[in-house]
Amino acid sequence: MGFLSINLQILFSGLAVGAVYSLVALGFVLIIRATNVVNFAQGDFAMLGAFAMMTMLTALSLPYWLSFLLALAAMTVFGVLFNYGVYYPLRNRSFLPVIISTLGASIFMQNTVLAIFGPQAQPLEKVFKASGFEVGGVFLDSQYLVILAVAVLAVAFQYFLFERTLLGKKLQATSQDKDMARLLGIPVAWMIAITFIYSATLGGLAGILVGPVLFVSIGMGSVIALKAFSATIIGGFGDVAGAIVGGLLLGVVENFAGAYISVAYKDAFAFLLLFLFLLIRPQGIFGEKISEKA
Amino acid sequence: MTQGAASIEPAGVRVAAALPVRFIGLSILALALPAIPFLFPVNSYVVNIFMQAATYGIAVLGMTIVLGYTGQINLAQAAFFGLGAYAVALGTVTLGLSFWVSLLLGIGVASLAGLVLGLTTLRLGGHYLAMITISFQQIFDLVMVNWTAVTRGPDGVPGIARPSLFGHHLADDKAYLVFCIAVLYAAIGLVWYLPRTRLGRAMQAIRENEMAAEVTGIKTLVVKVIAFILCAGLAGIGGALYAAGFAYVSPDNFSFKVSIDFLTMALLGGAQSPFGSTLGTALLILLPEWLRFLKEIYLAAYGIAVILIMVFMPEGIWGIGKTAWQKIRKPRTAKMGAVAPLDLDIPVEGQAPALHIEGIHKHFGGVSAVDGVDIAVTRGTVHALIGPNGSGKTTMLNVLNGIYKPTAGRVLVDGQDVTHDAPHVRAGHGMGRTFQNIRLFPNLSVLENVMVGAQRQHNPIGRSDAALRARAMSALAFVGMPDKAHMLAKNLPYGHQRLVEIARALAGHPKLLLLDEPAAGLNQTEKHELADLLKRLRGHGVTIFLIEHDMGLIEQVSDRISVLNFGRKIAEGAPAEVLRHPGVIAAYLGENVVAAA
Repeated sequence: MGFLSINLQILFSGLAVGAVYSLVALGFVLIIRATNVVNFAQGDFAMLGAFAMMTMLTALSLPYWLSFLLALAAMTVFGVLFNYGVYYPLRNRSFLPVIISTLGASIFMQNTVLAIFGPQAQPLEKVFKASGFEVGGVFLDSQYLVILAVAVLAVAFQYFLFERTLLGKKLQATSQDKDMARLLGIPVAWMIAITFIYSATLGGLAGILVGPVLFVSIGMGSVIALKAFSATIIGGFGDVAGAIVGGLLLGVVENFAGAYISVAYKDAFAFLLLFLFLLIRPQGIFGEKISEKA
Repeated sequence: MTQGAASIEPAGVRVAAALPVRFIGLSILALALPAIPFLFPVNSYVVNIFMQAATYGIAVLGMTIVLGYTGQINLAQAAFFGLGAYAVALGTVTLGLSFWVSLLLGIGVASLAGLVLGLTTLRLGGHYLAMITISFQQIFDLVMVNWTAVTRGPDGVPGIARPSLFGHHLADDKAYLVFCIAVLYAAIGLVWYLPRTRLGRAMQAIRENEMAAEVTGIKTLVVKVIAFILCAGLAGIGGALYAAGFAYVSPDNFSFKVSIDFLTMALLGGAQSPFGSTLGTALLILLPEWLRFLKEIYLAAYGIAVILIMVFMPEGIWGIGKTAWQKIRKPRTAKMGAVAPLDLDIPVEGQAPALHIEGIHKHFGGVSAVDGVDIAVTRGTVHALIGPNGSGKTTMLNVLNGIYKPTAGRVLVDGQDVTHDAPHVRAGHGMGRTFQNIRLFPNLSVLENVMVGAQRQHNPIGRSDAALRARAMSALAFVGMPDKAHMLAKNLPYGHQRLVEIARALAGHPKLLLLDEPAAGLNQTEKHELADLLKRLRGHGVTIFLIEHDMGLIEQVSDRISVLNFGRKIAEGAPAEVLRHPGVIAAYLGENVVAAA
């Protein structure tokens, strides 16, 4: 393989992994914008989605498309439970109790899955049977292509939802000023519930897509969540475009660093990039300076 | 509102009266604990559990400082704990250093990590801090597992030596346990005493309302970094004792899971009290022993428990106990001597105006909130800034005390340029402020609220606790509320909260007092009392720059008025002329009204 094709290969798989970070990061951003808190169980949505998919496929032997729909439906239900069990009772408190509550939810989710499925990492079926094809010396893995395509679709869907539908406007109003939204007759609690449902489904989708690449394991969500959150900070806290760009950037940077510097410390590079951003440009790529109103 | 002697009950007196009983009880308990292994035959397993509880307890006390007192989250306490542990492990085993040198090394390394982490992220706070500390925890794990040449990787470090103390080698488990418990007690004492100091009060003020703390003169960033260093240092001590106690460490002992354990221990027991944190530690270490029957789902139940604690007992077990105790106990009253009258005299320095606003512009994106305003406030006068809603008044006030940086222009206090100073520096120059939407420290007592105001830098009253307390009482007496000193600020009615906020500013001996709509939300009686208070302040020569909508109040108290509209100054002068100025009336009521009149 030539120098160029090796680097293109690294770039391609970096983008694909980055697209998964972007999907989870989108879920983060939506919840941040709706509730002003970070959901530390966001990555575990991906883990749950992957396990749900695996159960449908292997334990119940359902066809791929049906498993896929049922797994997403399960995540939708889970989003409702999560909203009312973890966020809703604490909605009038400061962000600290909510963060800790989501951490508790994360522990609960991981260990419940552990009790049921055991600690073994397990493989997950790809969308297409074909492994992929080669273009100009670069091998394009079919799953990676699917991930990139779905990420593009998800972004397009989200754009359509927020910019072109009344529901989207209501969600935006809720995230910008809850009191005013309430006065205008928008059911704020329901809007926040929808946000959690959407994020859980989105997270589950990311898990189903990345499962065949990373293997399905209890801890898969934690790593993805950390990277995804780093992506939201790098892109600009609470910024939708920032989450996508930050996720892709992070995926590419850590893939190159893993290839050229050290595989063992691959995960550390994402955090180093995060530290650098916090030191030099804490508001991220697209973010504005954060200031509190007096 | 009268000044002078009052029979009151400051918080300190009551604590002193209640102390002996509690103190004796705690002492008996404290001494009984380390005696247990010597009085009863216990196996080494039980001793190990005690040892784990004692060393964890020290680290959890660090969480009390950062989380309980300062209100900042830290999800890397296990990494700090691990730094202390690995310093002792590698120090004694690889480098052949003594335990004590390694211990110091461990505290040093952990504190340094706390400093670096604090400096990089505490400016951002909140969620950033949560995520950065998790990242630090992950990097620590990666390095400990992968840097095998130094850390010996996942196999860990065995054969860690125990220290000698006063010629006795603490090889015996029970003797070493007593040593660990002694260190734990020392740490409890330290953390218990902290809220009674300037530093501890500053930490709590940050927890309660960070912006108000900064504006009142607290170096919020420095205090938060110190809190982080103390927290990491305590974790380092705990980790060092843990390593020598168990003679073996591996990366598993210091994983993210352990950081969550430390956090949960503090929350379960009550993060705001060192006793609560220690209780939480003991319970959570014993809990897995008691809940063995749950087996695989123990950790899942643990996750649920974390959520339930947050929902149903946010102040932990200790908090619940404290609330119950306060309900059954009869409120005691103690007499206190006369309160000294509040000294508000400012030594006159030069002829410059007390406040000089020079060509201030403030733009937000494309919007000019303030568009080239000049105002000079003469010393000893009450100068009002009025204008319709959205005319830029509060923006101006935020520029004056440094919450916003102006796009252009200068702010001079007594001729000194403070444009580029942080809010706490301006408070140190004698700039006091109140907020339109009151910003007190709701869970501190009224007295503590005002003491925080008194502890600004360069306050001529001095730095001693007695001086701060006396100054705070004088300020409370000045606004007519010395009898409320012991109440929690959040339990006061709205009007009284405004007065406490003014007292907090006055305790700082302000050269210049900025008041943002002090009459907002007050009833007629309270407005009269406020007018009276402002007149008395002017009588004492305090310079006041005031935003207000209540024209009656403004006419009564102000010497001079400046009017803003759409970010520009449209009129200035004595109240009588300004309030009849056609431009001003038009700004408030619209052009047509003026034309018709």
